[in-house]
Amino acid sequence: MKLVTAIIKPFKLDDVKSALKAIGVEGITVTAVEGFGRQGGHSETYRGSEYQIDFIPKIKVETVVADDAVARVVDEIVEAARTNKIGDGKVWITPVEGVVRIRTGERDEDAI
Amino acid sequence: MDTGNVTWVLIGAALVLFMTPGLAFFYGGMVRSKNVLNMLMMNFWCVLVVPLLWVIAGYSLAFGGTGSMLGNFSKVFGHGLDFAGMEPAVMIFLATFAAITPALISGAVADRMKFAAWAVFVPLWSLLVYVPVTYWVFAPHGWLHARGSLDFAGGTAIHVNAGIAALALILVLGKRKGWPRDGAPPHSMPLVMLGTGILWFGWFGFNAGSALAANGQAVQAFINTFLAASAGGLAWALIERFHQGHFTNLGVASGIVAGLVAITPACGYVTSMSGIAIGAIAGAVCSFAISMKFKFGFDDSLDVIGVHLVGGLVGSLLIGLFADPDGIGQTFRAGLFYGGGLRLLGEQALANGATMAYSFGVTFVLAKVLHATMGIRVSADAESEGLDQTEHAETAYNHNERTMGRSN
Repeated sequence: MKLVTAIIKPFKLDDVKSALKAIGVEGITVTAVEGFGRQGGHSETYRGSEYQIDFIPKIKVETVVADDAVARVVDEIVEAARTNKIGDGKVWITPVEGVVRIRTGERDEDAI
Repeated sequence: MDTGNVTWVLIGAALVLFMTPGLAFFYGGMVRSKNVLNMLMMNFWCVLVVPLLWVIAGYSLAFGGTGSMLGNFSKVFGHGLDFAGMEPAVMIFLATFAAITPALISGAVADRMKFAAWAVFVPLWSLLVYVPVTYWVFAPHGWLHARGSLDFAGGTAIHVNAGIAALALILVLGKRKGWPRDGAPPHSMPLVMLGTGILWFGWFGFNAGSALAANGQAVQAFINTFLAASAGGLAWALIERFHQGHFTNLGVASGIVAGLVAITPACGYVTSMSGIAIGAIAGAVCSFAISMKFKFGFDDSLDVIGVHLVGGLVGSLLIGLFADPDGIGQTFRAGLFYGGGLRLLGEQALANGATMAYSFGVTFVLAKVLHATMGIRVSADAESEGLDQTEHAETAYNHNERTMGRSN
């Protein structure tokens, strides 16, 4: 099993969710996050005082998938989240040691 | 009793009362979210204590008797008011003016003043500064009024007075930690815009109500209030667009308030085109005046000095040019542009000069006394943590309901 984590542009969340549902991903977890990367921030001016906003709002999508589904899931996320402009985000993959479904006690691949 | 006049003045009182919550939101949106409740409370506190003080003693000291410097005790505790006439309605109308004047100062001390000190400062300042200045400017025998200076709704007595008092208070209070390096951007521009709208709405009561009658002068004051606010907002927004590149909501809000401040002393004495000019000039001048604090190094958090002191002075002095008794159909001294020469401008300068000297001096001493006795500033830790928690034990925007359990 792998944990697939994606940082995406907030307005791309719907596209990513639809793409993952379409290939049978059973669930995702979404967090509103802020961060900086190559995109850089922007500035805002209030009564002549300029403020540099370095942290940009992004969405973090997480889902645990079976090993044989990882490549497809990553490809779908990348395809759905891409705008070809700076700030599209990143996807990374982390090994997962175990998963339990709380209601039934099912474990590992049965639980995802 | 003229029922129309009484009706208008009572409605005016309710409109002006609404300005203080409006001001609270205008200021509250501009501070950071950790200090917004403190800002709201500083404003609401004025509505709690000042009207009580006003009816008990303030009104009598500000309008009783025939002296030139201060009233007397003939109308304390609401005595001596003739309910067959206008006076009781005017008395309670003016209570709302007394309430909002110290509230204006709160914007300058944002983010760092000990609330207990504010709670004591407000009633003392009202009695020691607001009441005497009001007597000078508005009471029939007050020395500035008797000399013939004009202040229709409180440019000198309220905005210049509060603005210069704000300067005195922050000179004792000191700068916020990290100012000006760190800055403190507004946490909620929608609140600022809502507050601006409420202020504008209430200001019709403030200015047109100050005719103390439902007459043509009230209508002219109403029209001028409308036009000057629009012109002020437009002027500030355009200057900002060409200097910094964008039309900002805060620029528009600030310009509207600057226009409203400047037209306050003038609204019953000038015709509509002069009202537009006064609003536009104030919007432009104040948009530059707000940078004074960086040049001179005083931390006026929300630009009370740049908007209320400067805007009040602009409007009050421009009466000396634009006052037009024939255009209004009332008797008062004409300004320079309407054949009155420089006399009125001189009286306006004197009235504002005297008000600033007295208000600055007494406020400075009052602030020093409070500073030496109870302390006026929160601890450095409290300033970092935010005054909502340390001064009021409340949270403005509660995002953790699920983890909040009762402990009693």
